[in-house]
Amino acid sequence: MIQYIKNIWAGLSSTFIGMRITWKHLFVKKVTIQYPDERFKLPEKARNRLYLEMSRCNGCNSCAIACPVNCITVETIRVSPDDPHQEVHYNGKDRKLWVSRYDIDFAKCCYCGLCTAVCPSEAIQHTTEYEYSVYNRESLLYKFQTLTPEQVKEKERLLAEFRAIEKVCHPEGDAKPAEKKVVDKKTE
Amino acid sequence: MENVNFLYDLLGKNVISVLLIVSLPLMFVLVYALIAILAELKVSAWIQERLGPMRTGPWGILQPIAEVVKLIQKEDITPDRSSKLLYNLAPFIIFTGAYAAFAVIPFSEYFVPAGINLGLFYIFAVGSISAIGIVMGGWASNNKYSLMGAMRSVAQLISYEIPAAMAVLSIVVLASTMNMQEINKIQSGWFWNWFIFGGPGTLAKLWVIPFTLGLGLIYFISSLAETNRVPFDIPEGESELVAGFHTEYSGMKFAMFFFAEYANMFVVAAVLTTIFLGGWNSPFGDFMQGPFWGVFWFVSKAFTVVLVQIWIRWTLPRFRVDQLMYIGWKVLLPLSFICFMAVSLYVMLK
Ligand code: SF4
Ligand code: SF4
Repeated sequence: MIQYIKNIWAGLSSTFIGMRITWKHLFVKKVTIQYPDERFKLPEKARNRLYLEMSRCNGCNSCAIACPVNCITVETIRVSPDDPHQEVHYNGKDRKLWVSRYDIDFAKCCYCGLCTAVCPSEAIQHTTEYEYSVYNRESLLYKFQTLTPEQVKEKERLLAEFRAIEKVCHPEGDAKPAEKKVVDKKTE
Repeated sequence: MENVNFLYDLLGKNVISVLLIVSLPLMFVLVYALIAILAELKVSAWIQERLGPMRTGPWGILQPIAEVVKLIQKEDITPDRSSKLLYNLAPFIIFTGAYAAFAVIPFSEYFVPAGINLGLFYIFAVGSISAIGIVMGGWASNNKYSLMGAMRSVAQLISYEIPAAMAVLSIVVLASTMNMQEINKIQSGWFWNWFIFGGPGTLAKLWVIPFTLGLGLIYFISSLAETNRVPFDIPEGESELVAGFHTEYSGMKFAMFFFAEYANMFVVAAVLTTIFLGGWNSPFGDFMQGPFWGVFWFVSKAFTVVLVQIWIRWTLPRFRVDQLMYIGWKVLLPLSFICFMAVSLYVMLK
């Protein structure tokens, strides 16, 4: 009998305690962030969409090798010395390789940041942009090369011409490897 | 005694006035249900430190309208193997049961749709119609979850009808009438004349106050069970029964269940208000007392009770079936008998 009354009392009092707690929670500051209107402050080292600064990129392909999911594709063409179009890097050195293709597939990217870590010239960097949802996956393939297809063709022709002349001039001593296309095998 | 009804006074007793009287509570229910849905959304959100709906209208106040429109637009699916007639009838029967109770609810001194002398008895009688509707819906859906939900619901309704009836009967003993309008009139004056505080009387009533308070609590708890609300929502416990008896319903018919639930909440809140909280009486004697203020007091008291129901819903977890039966038969029923005896003794001694 005592236990019975105790049980009833425990049930009632715990209900009231619970109601007091929920009552207090009615008036505390809400945690909701009204997303499109107000935004969460990004952490300092937030890793979001990548951006490639082409004038810094020397086409070394380290990023493509470092990427664990192979979402970067880099293709380069050596700069022919006869090319009237020459470029200087941010550090004042001449460009050695044209980057004819630089694709990042953000549908694959896992935002690990390894590519930014290995880049010798800090050409590839995370931005603060994270709202870029699209309706089809193809739109997530970002192309960062600055050369037009015509320019690429032109560069290839110039290089081939230069090679041909070089072969004629130094027929025996061309120990250097021929035109080297850097393509990540696993990607395609 | 003849009940006053302002519409009869105004228009005379003809078809139009009767129709108006019948449809007034319906309009009230529709508006009230929208507000109650919004309150439910907002209170639950605030208790969980969220904001709730914010984008439909200012502060999301149009959200219930959007939800109703959505429900009306939805496809109305009837299961292939269901019993079509019963299946389609069930939501309307449940809503009818919930709405029928409004006939005797005294909104004001001058407005009660049908002031019959057996008001409280009538409320309990039509309350059982919902149980029939629930069984019909659960059985006709031809779905084990629906059937189980319906059976649980009826078991629960029957178990909790008794303590609720005992609580109401005690007040009937105290007031010596079943006419809800009369009960309201007895409680006029200050709030200590309300039946939850023992009704009008001399200081000798002090010893009966704990019992009437207990009766109020018992009625409130049983009314939660009768409306299938948390913590007594095992008939529709979504974690075990999908949605209980209305698992198969969609579209407009689901909306009927929805409305019926909110209408039922208001009915029990209105009964609680009428028999325990003084109905349309102002709590402060003659201050703001009158037919129009009556509506205000009545609706605000009943709505406060509804808010408490919502508040409890977001506080307590659901009972197990055995706990539910334990509380109904072993706690509420004996306690309501004790309170009934005490109140009867008080009335005899008076
Ligand atoms: S962030 Fe990681 S996954 Fe994305 S491109 Fe860079 S290395 Fe690849
Ligand atoms: S590691 Fe940096 S410099 Fe090298 S290819 Fe990638 S982005 Fe260009």
